[in-house]
Amino acid sequence: MKRIATTFVAAVVLLAAGCSSDGDSSGGSGGADVPGVTDTEVKIGTHHPLTGPAAAGYASISPATKAYFDFVNANGGVHGRKITYTVKDDAYNPATTQQVVRELVLQDKVFAIINGLGTPTHTGVLDFLKTNRVPDLFVASGSRSWNQPDKYPGTFGFNPDYTVEGKILGTYVKENLAGKKVCFLGQDDDFGRDSLVGLEQVVGTVTAKGSYVTSNPNVGPQMGEFKAAGCEVVVLATIPGFTALSIGTAAKIAYKPQFVVSNVGADPTTVSKALGAGAPLMEGLVAANYLPLSTDEANPWVQLFKKVNTEYNGGAEFDNNVIYGMSVAYLFVQSLQAAGKDLTRDGIIAAVKKNNFQGPGLVPLRFSDSDHSGYGGTQLTKIEKGTAVYLGSPYTTDDKAAPVAPHQPQAVTPPSNGVPAA
Amino acid sequence: MTDMKQKTAAQDVPTTSAPQRTSRRRLAPILVVLAGAGLILILSYTLPPFRNYQLATVGAYLCVTAGLTLLTGLNGQLSLGHGALMATGAYTFALTQNKWLNLPLSFVLAIAVTTVAGAVIGLAAARLRGPYLAGLTLAVAIVVPSVTSTFDETFNSDQGLSVVLDPPPGTIPMERWQAWLCWAGALVTVLVLAMLVRGRFGRDLRAVRDDETAAKLAGINVARTQVLAFVVSAVCAGLSGALFALLAQSVSPGAFPLTLSLFLVMAIVIGGLGSLFGALWGAVLLVALPAFAQSIAEQAGSHRLEGNLALVVFGVVLIVVMLAAPGGLASIRFNFIRRFRR
Amino acid sequence: MSQFIYLTFDGLSRGAVYAAFALALVLIWRAARIVNFAQGAMAVAAVYAGYSVTSATGSYWLGFITALVAGLILGVVVERVVMRFVDHSSPLNGVVVALGLVLVIQGVLGIIYGNEFQPVETPFSRDAFEIQGIAVLSRYDLFVFAAVGAVVVLLTLLFTRTAVGLRMRAAAFAPDVSRLLGVSVGGMLTLGWALAAAVGSLAGMLVVPTELGLHPTAMDVVFISAFTAAVVGGLDSPIGAVTGGLVVGLLLSYVSGYVEPTVAPMAVLLLLVVVLLGKPGGLFSSSKARVA
Repeated sequence: MKRIATTFVAAVVLLAAGCSSDGDSSGGSGGADVPGVTDTEVKIGTHHPLTGPAAAGYASISPATKAYFDFVNANGGVHGRKITYTVKDDAYNPATTQQVVRELVLQDKVFAIINGLGTPTHTGVLDFLKTNRVPDLFVASGSRSWNQPDKYPGTFGFNPDYTVEGKILGTYVKENLAGKKVCFLGQDDDFGRDSLVGLEQVVGTVTAKGSYVTSNPNVGPQMGEFKAAGCEVVVLATIPGFTALSIGTAAKIAYKPQFVVSNVGADPTTVSKALGAGAPLMEGLVAANYLPLSTDEANPWVQLFKKVNTEYNGGAEFDNNVIYGMSVAYLFVQSLQAAGKDLTRDGIIAAVKKNNFQGPGLVPLRFSDSDHSGYGGTQLTKIEKGTAVYLGSPYTTDDKAAPVAPHQPQAVTPPSNGVPAA
Repeated sequence: MTDMKQKTAAQDVPTTSAPQRTSRRRLAPILVVLAGAGLILILSYTLPPFRNYQLATVGAYLCVTAGLTLLTGLNGQLSLGHGALMATGAYTFALTQNKWLNLPLSFVLAIAVTTVAGAVIGLAAARLRGPYLAGLTLAVAIVVPSVTSTFDETFNSDQGLSVVLDPPPGTIPMERWQAWLCWAGALVTVLVLAMLVRGRFGRDLRAVRDDETAAKLAGINVARTQVLAFVVSAVCAGLSGALFALLAQSVSPGAFPLTLSLFLVMAIVIGGLGSLFGALWGAVLLVALPAFAQSIAEQAGSHRLEGNLALVVFGVVLIVVMLAAPGGLASIRFNFIRRFRR
Repeated sequence: MSQFIYLTFDGLSRGAVYAAFALALVLIWRAARIVNFAQGAMAVAAVYAGYSVTSATGSYWLGFITALVAGLILGVVVERVVMRFVDHSSPLNGVVVALGLVLVIQGVLGIIYGNEFQPVETPFSRDAFEIQGIAVLSRYDLFVFAAVGAVVVLLTLLFTRTAVGLRMRAAAFAPDVSRLLGVSVGGMLTLGWALAAAVGSLAGMLVVPTELGLHPTAMDVVFISAFTAAVVGGLDSPIGAVTGGLVVGLLLSYVSGYVEPTVAPMAVLLLLVVVLLGKPGGLFSSSKARVA
């Protein structure tokens, strides 16, 4: 009997000792008693893959977000509060996401979850975050699941959803590559499926479609099929590694269609790095982007983010992921400013819904009472002489029947000190 | 204070249970389980919510590690596919729950379906030994994402399903309710397994593991014993999977990767193969060790290191424990005490 | 028809790599009766070493040799420093230590090189020759076949024609008797690990450029396919490993091409069930199944 008791006690001790990294839950001593908020600090957290295969291409986002927060903190914070940003590694495993998000919310008592990354990972914590009334802002994925204001009132997207993007990529194909046979390769989940829905809504049924799973890094059979079907345009809803793999595999069998690629898998830096010596194969690739390109030196936002990257991110490689991470951070700081001095969870959700945001985005955000999806469109780009350049004007649309309309952007410049004002 | 208790209790061990066999006869499993239930009840009221959630996770893991240690430790069959059996239980639970919203029914169906799956795999496994059994069960483990993508209208591919749950009865907080359910499952599992192991079935299991020919001569139906062992451990895995679905309120193939199956094997070996205490240790480690590695890594700073350093710490602990205590954690105290007495 | 020819060659060139990696598993199994779950991670580490040298010097072949040597050294180190001290009374202890090694190696590689995919050069063009408009094989595929073929021939010669090979087999099958006869059993074990790790590194060098690129987890999927291949062929049989590798490669290619890539793992499971129920010790096992 005693032996069991010992084992139990020891187990419990180990459990407690193993996990308590910092002292017990010292809640906010602020006036309103909002979790994670004191007069001098606001604690937020996120889950990103920092290890494992999915870390490639994403691991550089959260340091950029953190760097921008550090920059804001060095300039006095927001309403006198410094932003503490805790990044937890979930290795893109939904079971780990469950653990780390609960740790953030229940143990670390964060005010909100910002930019949680991944569709399968984040889907699993929606209910938990709703039950605990935790604002779940700017999810890093283009799934349409984040836009369910009735079911998940606290969840907001960031990326344009994949259907919106599919429609806009389809519009490019229809207008510039009319009459050509179109094929589609997509990831075997919401990403691929929603993209295909958008694409086919505009160009009609595609000649051939294929899918891939990340656990099988070979797209030889799919590219062989497209070639045999005589496709001249291949639309890809792929993550960067598979974009490179598709382009490389096609070249290997002397198949050179026009590739049109989703924003998720089109970061030129990442893809060309993955292609290595084959990087010139990217020439002419058409992609979409809703944030400024990291190579667009003339853009004042890019200049600002570059400066922050040098000073607060150890001069990390400046690619579109850095732009993405800092744009998310900028939007959150804007939300904090808009929520006012008396920060509450309901307050920040109301502020996001008001959507008075002017920022780096090339298209407007769609946030409103009835819409929780992120950016409402995208801008086409093309790789010319190794760098991406903008193509025409941006387009906006929605995930339903709305037409794809050109959007006239008005130039927004960042505030002179780089920190959004209230 | 707990340290003290631990020490004094440990020193009593040799006098009360030095030869393992007598202790086995003397300890009524039901008493152990009742004591465990009491302890869990107290803990569930004293621990903060996140610790309660971790406690619940340990319980859910204990179901599967207890079953696996019976299969691998007592019967000598290695399975690298128990993650897939958990997925079977979890998906059945999710589908039933979303359709009928009836907790007991969902548990029963989850276990029933996993039992069938376990019987099928067990029938094939009974013919195989060592690495060939490992290879077959490994192939079972990696088939999960493939099944969920191929039949995506039912299983919704990589994204998985969310699980509808009734709110806990009364004013019980969610995490405490989860801890109760998971530990109810775990303690019942442990109780049933402990009684099974003590009886004829347990003797047959060990006999088959130690020497198949001798077992056959003694009149034991070797194949039947092996299939039964697989089925019993599949039942446990199915229950565990259902509990994980209840904990996460979602199921997806990414939550049941090959690594999970490998970690389960690792947990029972590190804990102490073939012993239910070892299974408990293993379940605790599955929850505590990643968290421990993470917190060590976080103190080290640098962003790039964070996740990677945790991996290194995790791996080093595994290797060191395995080299220092080949019999697993459950064996450490005995070695230590034996040396102490000499 | 053209699709069939294309898929066949695609499957064969991938199968050749699985075969090489399966050979590495067979080597260790024969030498130490262990399935080395750390094989993939060790191979990746060696490929990273080769990658560093290639990036620094610009020479693919220097990097290639470095990777093989690094594999040899890593094999020796793992055996001498870790595996030797594992209590092998339970076969699972070695498995758990190997899993620990995987975590350590992947973590260390991640710390040194980061978690991004690194592109790896190929020494020959990967553009396929075409026969009547059907893409068949590239120069690189031919190089892969040649390299794997050379390994098979060298290993066969080593085991059948040399005294060292004979000693290695003796040490593995009857360590006590061998020791009495003056064979350095420990030395043979180390040699087995070193050779296996070197063959594994070669497989890594061959496969990494054809996939997503170099990453700490780059060989995980290859490991699974190769392990399957070795089991299908029979872990004691080098010929079995090669056959198994090619069969698995072809199966994956046909199923991905004619059915759906997502179905491929189910096809692999089916293959294993069919083969193992017929021959529980793999295709090339001797009549009696070996109890591990």
